[in-house]
Amino acid sequence: MTHTIIDVALARQFGLSEAEYAKVLEIMGRVPSLTELGIFSVMWSEHCSYKSSRVWLKTLPTTAPWVIHGPGENAGVVDIGEGLAAIFKMESHNHPSFIEPFQGAATGVGGILRDVFTMGARPIANMNALRFGDPRLPVTKRVVDGVVRGIGGYGNCVGVPTVGGETNFHPSYNGNPLVNAMTVGIAAQDRIFLSAAAGIGNPVVYVGSKTGRDGIHGATMASAEFGADSEEKRPTVQVGDPFIEKLLIEACLELMATDAIVAIQDMGAAGLTSSSVEMAGKGGVGIELDLDAVPQRETGMSAYEMMLSESQERMLMVLRPDRADMAAAIFEKWDLDFAVIGHITDTGRIIVRHQGRVEADIALDPLAEAAPLYHRPYELTPRPAPLGAVPDPVGLGPALLTLIGSPDLCSRAWIWDQYDATVGGQTVKRPGAADAAIVRIEGSQRALAMTTDCTPRYCLADPEAGGAQAVAEAWRNITATGAKPLAITDNMNFGNPEKPVVMGQFVGAIKGMSAACRALDFPVVSGNVSLYNETEGQSILPTPAIGAIGVIEDAARAVGLALQPGLDLVVIGATTGELGQSLWLREVCGRQDGAPPLVDLAAERRHGDFVRRLIEQGKIAACHDVADGGLLVAVAEMALAGMTGAHLFPSAEGAKFWFGEDQSRYVLAVPHAAPVLAEAAQAGIPAAHIGSAGSSRLTLPDGNSISLNEIKASHEAFFAEWFA
Amino acid sequence: MKVNVTVMLKQGVLDPQGKAIARALHGLGFEGVEDVRAGKLIELDLAETNPDAARAAAEAMAQKLLANSVIESFRVELG
Amino acid sequence: MLRAGIVMFPGINRERDIAIALTRSFGQKPVMLWHKDPSIEGIDLVVVPGGFSFGDYLRCGAMAAQSPIMRAVAAHAARGGYVLGVCNGFQILTEAGLLPGALLRNAGLRFLSMDCQLKVARADTAFTSHYQQNEVFRAPLAHGDGNYTASPDVLDRLEGENLVAFRYEGENPNGSARAIAGIYSPNLRVMGLMPHPENLVDPLMGGTDGKALFDSLAAAST
Repeated sequence: MTHTIIDVALARQFGLSEAEYAKVLEIMGRVPSLTELGIFSVMWSEHCSYKSSRVWLKTLPTTAPWVIHGPGENAGVVDIGEGLAAIFKMESHNHPSFIEPFQGAATGVGGILRDVFTMGARPIANMNALRFGDPRLPVTKRVVDGVVRGIGGYGNCVGVPTVGGETNFHPSYNGNPLVNAMTVGIAAQDRIFLSAAAGIGNPVVYVGSKTGRDGIHGATMASAEFGADSEEKRPTVQVGDPFIEKLLIEACLELMATDAIVAIQDMGAAGLTSSSVEMAGKGGVGIELDLDAVPQRETGMSAYEMMLSESQERMLMVLRPDRADMAAAIFEKWDLDFAVIGHITDTGRIIVRHQGRVEADIALDPLAEAAPLYHRPYELTPRPAPLGAVPDPVGLGPALLTLIGSPDLCSRAWIWDQYDATVGGQTVKRPGAADAAIVRIEGSQRALAMTTDCTPRYCLADPEAGGAQAVAEAWRNITATGAKPLAITDNMNFGNPEKPVVMGQFVGAIKGMSAACRALDFPVVSGNVSLYNETEGQSILPTPAIGAIGVIEDAARAVGLALQPGLDLVVIGATTGELGQSLWLREVCGRQDGAPPLVDLAAERRHGDFVRRLIEQGKIAACHDVADGGLLVAVAEMALAGMTGAHLFPSAEGAKFWFGEDQSRYVLAVPHAAPVLAEAAQAGIPAAHIGSAGSSRLTLPDGNSISLNEIKASHEAFFAEWFA
Repeated sequence: MKVNVTVMLKQGVLDPQGKAIARALHGLGFEGVEDVRAGKLIELDLAETNPDAARAAAEAMAQKLLANSVIESFRVELG
Repeated sequence: MLRAGIVMFPGINRERDIAIALTRSFGQKPVMLWHKDPSIEGIDLVVVPGGFSFGDYLRCGAMAAQSPIMRAVAAHAARGGYVLGVCNGFQILTEAGLLPGALLRNAGLRFLSMDCQLKVARADTAFTSHYQQNEVFRAPLAHGDGNYTASPDVLDRLEGENLVAFRYEGENPNGSARAIAGIYSPNLRVMGLMPHPENLVDPLMGGTDGKALFDSLAAAST
């Protein structure tokens, strides 16, 4: 290593451009050491610096009276009442999950958990947004199997319930699946921990697992396109240890109950480098590290390797010096490594020593301030032409069975049944029981509602409409349970931003999201950007996955989607029959064209506020938003959830009405339709009584009927047969 | 010295993992796989240098912790 | 009222769930016990909860079974004390030799998290007095290794001596021998089961089917 020649060629291998390397030379005033070059390359990687996305992310709304900490901390923090805060974030682990699905997904869960408990929260729920390739390919089956096992293997072991999420399939994810993991935690508002280091001379403490040569340059790998040689990157994949993570959660929360911690940050991507640089940088101080003191799993590790290692389950803390012994005792009790590896200085520099030599000495301000910032050229996607008339090839009944059995709409029970959803004893609505999962706060009547949403096919056709729709659907799903939507975390998964069309997708999605967030008072409080999701030039569908939370004051008021006999069915919202980019068009007609539905954000808000008020007043027995597949699919899903049939009134409307994906709609199951219709009329909200619940069949508006068992068989067949 | 302890499910205890591997091998076109059993190999690096004493120590460890005699059998081999 | 204590091993994760269920039925909080404690003082009912003790590495429950507190739990059981093991706790009790048999990988080789139906084999024990004999109740389960196995002799003895506590009714989710979901020691004071009645003690969480188990214990005498 000592003989490595540091030059522009090496810098390029490290992912730095020629101009970026010139900037490094200028800041350093000399040729950097290998370790220094490594530090620059990871800090200036897309993953750590957001250099392509930053100018656009800044345009998103991030504040509201209930926002305590927005983007910039390890996770977003919002006020949920009773002196409590919800802390949450979603983060991608896409590239590692293709190389090694089990470990990639597992360490994704581990990483997002650390982001949340780092801030003082006990994690109360996990969710995940997954996108896989064409299910007919054997590789997709292998990836699905590994990812699901990995998420379950990690979440089940740490004892945080996995309560929901979403799964889509599309060939654009064949070589580039998306694994976006979200964690929600609860903390007292007066015990939130931040990452800004302070206190000259204070000890810098390393806790958790030992450092090995795992995942070196993971952050730069996550910032480059996949090529055919990705297979060879296998040895750099990190391996997760959920057992150690569980101990780390308990030890950190025990220490956080004291006054010992000045600052704390998990070692995620770019490990020791990003945690130490960010902590010192945010605090406006300097930091000195002695790598000889770092607990090491392997022998002969260089400074470069230790600074860039992505070994999992590690945290960096700045402690009050008089509390270091007490802290050490807590970590010893939990059998975790604890080592003082440095101290805070007033130099404004990061200095790294190893075996008596200074291996890195960099001024922190220029490292942060000179970080590249690109205004990438972009080309906005024009809105596609409207679809026009489409003949219905099959009729309502056969189309319903096709849709409800299709990979994107079929039952996810095969996945959920591998995730522990009840550990913690607070899961009020398990996966599939309601439009958002409901998890009560221990010792309170209050509960959080949570969901993840995105419709990537809309985002490809019209990124701005798709971005707005993703936010609106998340808001709608929270609302459909009776909860008040609070805030979102965004996980922006896109292709190569150096291509103007892809950058245009990103810009369009941000514009749409931004408008929806503003209209719905639904700020972005945390997020993550994953670019270069391409394999051999083939980009994924633009996928701005939205994770959202809301709060409901009385968990007993939360409603699910299960029908019960005797209820009336009322649809809220206007149906004009938007078939452009609909699942019916794709699954029944084999076409993927037209313009996706637009969200009327003012109507969205009116309809949602109306529905939520009815739920709060106890007037609604079940509620389900109308999304993929349209109205008839929504009714069928409610029927399946309650194993109660429904009788839809005869109507001459065809596929356009029953499978159109018009937005801002809900199906309500209520004791009597009339008073609800009257209230809706008074509020100027479109509402229609479409049928009633009962029997073991679904009677369609064309007079035909299908037994629930037949619908259920179709709904459950896909995964059962795939993994038979 | 190095000692390897191999732990296997006892004959007669159903080994679904072995069965699944066998099925997968057939699926991949490997013919003539009559049976598969899956177990684990535990490598011990002992300070002990006397082979008999090392073997005895490893057997004691296997009986006490490494194998569950209700369902598993073990084999100790000096490395 | 029995004084209840919950044993904490590193990696256990359902200790809070059990504490909630016990507190609900007993009206008082259980004591938390640490795995390195060499003795148990003033405890009538020891509960070994679910989770992944020591990561479930090597074998589920194997390392926890060797920890200092398990010698004290064995002594407590030998004195006729009550012990309840749930999920990982059941695995630990079998590994420690307090209950016969072993828990293998689920027959389907996947972790399972779902509701199952349990049939109460006998309602005359300290654990089941608030159930009816042959009553079927719902309980969540969440495990990767719940496939109960024992030699035919042991299974015959368990059945002959009426020591089966619960059987899976309907679907046998994990392949357990003779659909056994839980068993007793010969003196009926030690019980282990795989499902989680503690996760169904509150109507808000979908039902109270599991509460009778804790109500039974609350009514038991030392």
